Amino acid sequence: MATPASVGSSSSLKNLAEIRAMIKRHKMNDTLFSIIGLLALMLGLVTLLVLFTDLILDGSDRFNLEFLSSFPSRRAAHAGLLSAWVGSFLVMMVTFIAAVPMGVAAGLYLEEYAPKNWFSDLIEINVTNLAGVPSIIYGLLALGLFVYGLGFGQSILTAGLTLGLLILPIVIVSTRESIRAIPVAIREAAYAVGATKWQVVYDHVLKYSYGGILTGVIIGMARALGETAPIITIGALTFISFLPPSPVTSEPPYLNFEWLSSGFTVMPIQMFNWLSRPDHAFHVNAAATGAIIIVVTLLMNGTAIYLRYKIRKNIKW
Amino acid sequence: MDKKTANSQQTSTVVSARLARNIRRNIKERVIEFILMLAALSAVATTFAIVAILLTESLGFFKTVSFIDFITDTQWTPLFEDAHYGIAPLVAGTLTTSLIALLVAIPIGTIAAIYLSEFATHKTREIVKPILELLVGVPTVVFGYFALFFVTPLLQKVFPDLPGFNMLGPGLVMGVMIVPYISSVAEDAMRAVPMSMREGSYAMGATRFQTAIRVVTPAAISGIVAAYILGISRAVGETMVVAVAAGQQPNLTFNPMESAATITAYIVQVAMGDLPHGSIGYQSIFAAGLVLIVMTLGFNILGHMVRKKFRETY
Repeated sequence: MATPASVGSSSSLKNLAEIRAMIKRHKMNDTLFSIIGLLALMLGLVTLLVLFTDLILDGSDRFNLEFLSSFPSRRAAHAGLLSAWVGSFLVMMVTFIAAVPMGVAAGLYLEEYAPKNWFSDLIEINVTNLAGVPSIIYGLLALGLFVYGLGFGQSILTAGLTLGLLILPIVIVSTRESIRAIPVAIREAAYAVGATKWQVVYDHVLKYSYGGILTGVIIGMARALGETAPIITIGALTFISFLPPSPVTSEPPYLNFEWLSSGFTVMPIQMFNWLSRPDHAFHVNAAATGAIIIVVTLLMNGTAIYLRYKIRKNIKW
Repeated sequence: MDKKTANSQQTSTVVSARLARNIRRNIKERVIEFILMLAALSAVATTFAIVAILLTESLGFFKTVSFIDFITDTQWTPLFEDAHYGIAPLVAGTLTTSLIALLVAIPIGTIAAIYLSEFATHKTREIVKPILELLVGVPTVVFGYFALFFVTPLLQKVFPDLPGFNMLGPGLVMGVMIVPYISSVAEDAMRAVPMSMREGSYAMGATRFQTAIRVVTPAAISGIVAAYILGISRAVGETMVVAVAAGQQPNLTFNPMESAATITAYIVQVAMGDLPHGSIGYQSIFAAGLVLIVMTLGFNILGHMVRKKFRETY
């Protein structure tokens, strides 16, 4: 004779077992997802490792000083990177001079000066949008504006300015972010002792956000170093067996600006050129170049990430 | 008496000197502000310059080529004797490679974001995020090499018929390349969901996974969509991977096992050659660029609309 109570307890026991099974199942889901999530994260790491190992193995024959000190050649084994790395270096100099002061100034304006109105909104929307414009579009802009519009030709100046525009949003955004991290109290303290706005901005805001800005600049420069598409679009030459005139001369005035209008090639373009040839011997050169580019950009990005980490740890306010 | 006048005279010169200094200071401040504003305006100027250049050169292009041909012709051979100007093959190539990339990047990026935001310990996050950032820093031409000489040969072992230039390999590589962009933006959005919502969910007895999928993800959906849009823009505008590994023959197909040129690959191909300024070939790359910009803009507007529809505020 089953009392209602015993029926109830047996069904609640059954319920309990069901609930336990459900909890177990859901906990399993948790573990399962943790594993899938870790795998998803590992994909990036594994790709990076495989990519790097592949380049090193493929290019191992060409890791010597001769590769860095020879010009491109029709014979793969004698071809080198000299004109490409010198070109990259000179282009990066122009990029730095073009993008950094401009980007920092723009960041300062937007963060410290800009009034809240449609005009500031317009600038902000533009900065955000520019960060999303495909890099090859910058190449088309440069082709129309710098190469033909302003008559700079296919020169180091054109390439440097193009990459400068390309990394401008990166510099602006990182400047703004590091400025925003500075407490208002710092500014108020400076105002309280009679500093003008520019004195506050220059002596305090800029000084304290220096590290953060530097981080953004390094990341931007690393991006510029590896950028290929916009430089190809402006029509950079791929077979350059001369060096641009030296920026520094032994006679007064010691500085020489002819190099700005010189033809050039850069490392990513040299790599693209080599890997699009049918002859396999050139692919070895491409792999070696790729390995060099990747080491330099990883070092730059690594420095930036480390710097940011240090800054975050050492913040005093 | 004399002393007093001298004193007041002195005060007044001090005051006027101060006044002068103030005025100088004010002028200096104004000039500096103006210079900084000019720098900020460079962003607006760049946008205008991009639009102006693309439009003027494309106008030249559309004087020779009818717009109808441009969208309806199924061949793109501007540099041949028998020139055809149908953008469709290039758009098909761009969409196919982008679609493959997104099929890889969206699921993996979302899973990675959920894991980083809801499951990972502080330490894991501190280690993994910098590595993902390093992946973002790898130049795309290097990924192109990887797609052409590593991934494609690997795929050929599975699909023996796969040609050396195909859309599958670069599409997959592009997908892996885009994962960090999607995961970092999506993760930021998920971390911005208030803790109290998770706590509410846990209090009801939900597990981590249930909380992540049913509470955090819906709450962060507008940010996650923004991450997808960013991924789409990257995929559509990506140049070197496809230019290197997908081939440069315009081919009206959506079959990833075939080789085809994308819009970006075409621009690269033309720019590598020596086209005279003002020729139809030269103008055609600006028309192609215009299509590219319109496509990314279209995706961005679509994303904006989706975000607006699903946005949740707390």
